[in-house]
Amino acid sequence: MSATGIGAAVRRKEDHRFITGQGRYTDDVNRPGQAHAYFLRSPHAHAKIKSIDTKAAAGMPGVIGIFTGDDLATDKIGGLICGWMIHNKDGSPMRAGPHPALAQGKVRYVGDHVAVVVAETLAQAKDAAEAIAVDYEELPVVADTAKAAGAKTVIHDEAPDNTVFNWHLGDKDATEKAFKAAKHVTRLDLVNNRLVPNAMEPRAAVGDYDAGEGIFTLYTTSQNPHVARLVLSAFIGIAPENKLRVIAPDVGGGFGSKIFIYAEETVCVWAAKKVGRPVKWTADRTEAFLSDAHGRDHVTHAELATDAEGKILGMRVHTTANLGAYLSTFSSSVPTYLYAPLLSGQYDIPAIYCEVDAVYTNTAPVDAYRGAGRPEATFVVERLVEVTARQLGKDPAKFRMQNYIKKFPHQTPVIMMYDTGNYGASMKKALEMIDYKGLGKRKRDSGRAGKLRGIGFSSYIEACGIAPSAAVGSLGAGVGLWESAEVRVNPVGTVEVLTGSHSHGQGHETTFAQLVSDRLGIPIDNVSIVHGDTDKVQMGMGTYGSRSGAVGMSAIFKALDKVIAKGKKVAAHVLEADEADIDFADGHFAVKGTDRKLDFGSCALQAYVAHKFNGQELEPGLKEGAFYDPTNFTFPAGVHICEVEIDPATGVTTIERWAAVDDFGNVINPMIVEGQVHGGIAQGVGQALLEGARYNADGQLVTASFMDYCMPRADDLPSFEVGMTVTPCPSNPLGIKGCGEAGAIASPPAVINAITDALGHEDIAMPATPQAVWRAAQKSISRQAAE
Amino acid sequence: MTTVSLTVNGKPVTANVDPRTLLVQFLRENLRLTGTHVGCDTSQCGACVVHLDGKAVKSCTTLAVAVDGSSVTTIEGLAAGDALHPMQEAFREHHGLQCGFCTPGMIMAAVDMVNRRGNLLDEKTIREDLDGNICRCTGYHNIVKAIAAGAEAMGRGGAPARQAAE
Repeated sequence: MSATGIGAAVRRKEDHRFITGQGRYTDDVNRPGQAHAYFLRSPHAHAKIKSIDTKAAAGMPGVIGIFTGDDLATDKIGGLICGWMIHNKDGSPMRAGPHPALAQGKVRYVGDHVAVVVAETLAQAKDAAEAIAVDYEELPVVADTAKAAGAKTVIHDEAPDNTVFNWHLGDKDATEKAFKAAKHVTRLDLVNNRLVPNAMEPRAAVGDYDAGEGIFTLYTTSQNPHVARLVLSAFIGIAPENKLRVIAPDVGGGFGSKIFIYAEETVCVWAAKKVGRPVKWTADRTEAFLSDAHGRDHVTHAELATDAEGKILGMRVHTTANLGAYLSTFSSSVPTYLYAPLLSGQYDIPAIYCEVDAVYTNTAPVDAYRGAGRPEATFVVERLVEVTARQLGKDPAKFRMQNYIKKFPHQTPVIMMYDTGNYGASMKKALEMIDYKGLGKRKRDSGRAGKLRGIGFSSYIEACGIAPSAAVGSLGAGVGLWESAEVRVNPVGTVEVLTGSHSHGQGHETTFAQLVSDRLGIPIDNVSIVHGDTDKVQMGMGTYGSRSGAVGMSAIFKALDKVIAKGKKVAAHVLEADEADIDFADGHFAVKGTDRKLDFGSCALQAYVAHKFNGQELEPGLKEGAFYDPTNFTFPAGVHICEVEIDPATGVTTIERWAAVDDFGNVINPMIVEGQVHGGIAQGVGQALLEGARYNADGQLVTASFMDYCMPRADDLPSFEVGMTVTPCPSNPLGIKGCGEAGAIASPPAVINAITDALGHEDIAMPATPQAVWRAAQKSISRQAAE
Repeated sequence: MTTVSLTVNGKPVTANVDPRTLLVQFLRENLRLTGTHVGCDTSQCGACVVHLDGKAVKSCTTLAVAVDGSSVTTIEGLAAGDALHPMQEAFREHHGLQCGFCTPGMIMAAVDMVNRRGNLLDEKTIREDLDGNICRCTGYHNIVKAIAAGAEAMGRGGAPARQAAE
């Protein structure tokens, strides 16, 4: 392994600009003559718009233009789309209402976009927005996930019972039989709490229009600028793709929330032509809380059947998933194909049946948030498994190992064909790391100090790099899920790699360069990674679902194969040898069995000067591209163990220790992979202990700032012990499985299992705040005293 | 409009501003020093931390006119030319950043922490002292390591903890 190659903890190339304040995020972009947009948002969760009077506002200082939904309609600007078609149990398509970028006739959640003011300054735009008179007729509100279906209030006429779809997966009859044969059935009611992604960089957009060329440019906080261009062009109708450039510069975190195509960037880019000026919008944090797509929000009843020996026989799940007031870009896929196929977890479960009812409510749209469906599935599986082990009086680690899948490939009853894994190895390593044998003593020590100590396991599986495209197409996806790469070798042997993946914290500029440095045998500083601009990178699918390593890097790998193959042809001419006799290794093309060789840079120069070969037989230049479509999902898996101590007097839960053992397949940069694990765990701990988006009965978001919505701080978390096991992934050339979401998927049940262990199996919902834990602790103490 | 005169990263600047202009707006919009970020509206996240006369402040809740005559150091002014400040170097070495958005505020807060608490910082001290800065990417694990290492390096450098620019 070279110091900068695959497997090395290379320090990040992108860091210099971030630590010196030279990063360039969307809000740092300023265009000449730029004006500022401010969105007037609905203060009501559900109301008819009887009229909008903008006359007074239009005369305010600095106002350049004020636009409403009618203006978009006049210009034939289409609504926002949902890109994944789900079919109901009866085969009929899901029932989706329209999603205009600016409201037309009705608002459906607090924060819904009513009008936009474009003014010389942001302050002037805000002042003018206050002068817009909107006459609302308030309507009854449905904000509660469990009460939406069949409520009298109808949010969209297209879905008269507020139900978007009734979907199912698995074999209902086989599952019924499994439950009939069961010796023991565990039943749980679970709520997967609603979360706000809260990337630290708020969403932003700068729209620009070149009237001379007729070209729109949109700078936007996107995880997938090409998908944004596709949607804005082909569906919303801003401009044809060749007249629309989308740039996602440095992006300050996404976690899913910046996958989607939102109203604000649509309006900014459209308005730029309308007012003949660049138009900039940056969300403030409360706008982000109100209008970023939220995550999770499931209400679930789940059952697990076991036989007399504790072998799992079947699982039955019913989930109501809240999709909010409109269908966000990929919202329908999250509680369906990203959820139910993961319900087998790491376990050999012969029969699974899952029903999902997706509902509209008067809340912000809900879509993918780090893990997207997989954390929800893992919470169901790992709570069920934990509670079953406890009810059967079995050690939770042994019960898991008893039921682990041990032979691969393994076909689950819910679509997935797991390719490789060694779940027992991860469990054994995690047990050693956490010193499971010493737990009894640690519990006694805590008890003597008046504290309650508990341990919680989570054996998670995730499915990353969703593919192949033909398969996801058959499941309803509107896009293919391949990735593209282009490797441009310069005449002196430096390399630019253009990738359709997008980095917003993942460190692609380093890891992707490691791959290139490793394979071409050139210094890592000679490699530049280019991403995030549709004028530079021809097409790409972007970064989400932990796909950039498994899919994005595989595309680069494939393009590098072609570069090396072309280089061999050039080298054969230069070295006057047969192409079949040229080997490429350590940055040199060499003739087998001789000392004749050509370094990579010299080969590149020869390719461009084209003096040594006939340009009719071999094209000059050295540039190759590839599209890579994987053969299967990848299946990262692992075991996280959380140990907590609870102060029953205050209800404060302290995470004392965290052991994580993950199998991500082959690892390019362990430093970056561990960082991904840390961050994922922190978000999962946030969900389990601190975070919860709350709407009141009127549909007001009462947690709309960092003062009301508790983000994890440094002193809420421990240092993490992170270990790895490796079973290389067979479905891509690098053997990578993906690591971006694992922590967020694994951690919530680990925390809740630990708390309930400490509390003598007293159940508790997320977030397990000190108040909730205190109440549960008091109940547990009085119950145990009574026993 | 009101006149504001400041020394920013060692250079004197004067401008006429709307009296409601926040210090962060002044830095970002008037001076185009975009390294200082805004991540919230409520003074919670700390992405906007700069040093005002040598002490960390949240520039999103500071009016520019209120600090007239002061000396401000932003992330752009922390390095001495091409030589990174030890805390910047420590964040890079220990992978204390991912998306980079909270990083300028984190680094400025970390330098201030060393100024206040010295060069030997244990994990508990760092975690508790960092409660005014939010990171969504790193889980803080590597930020804590970076700050401990950066604090030590600031001590080893023999330079006074308070940087020369102030």
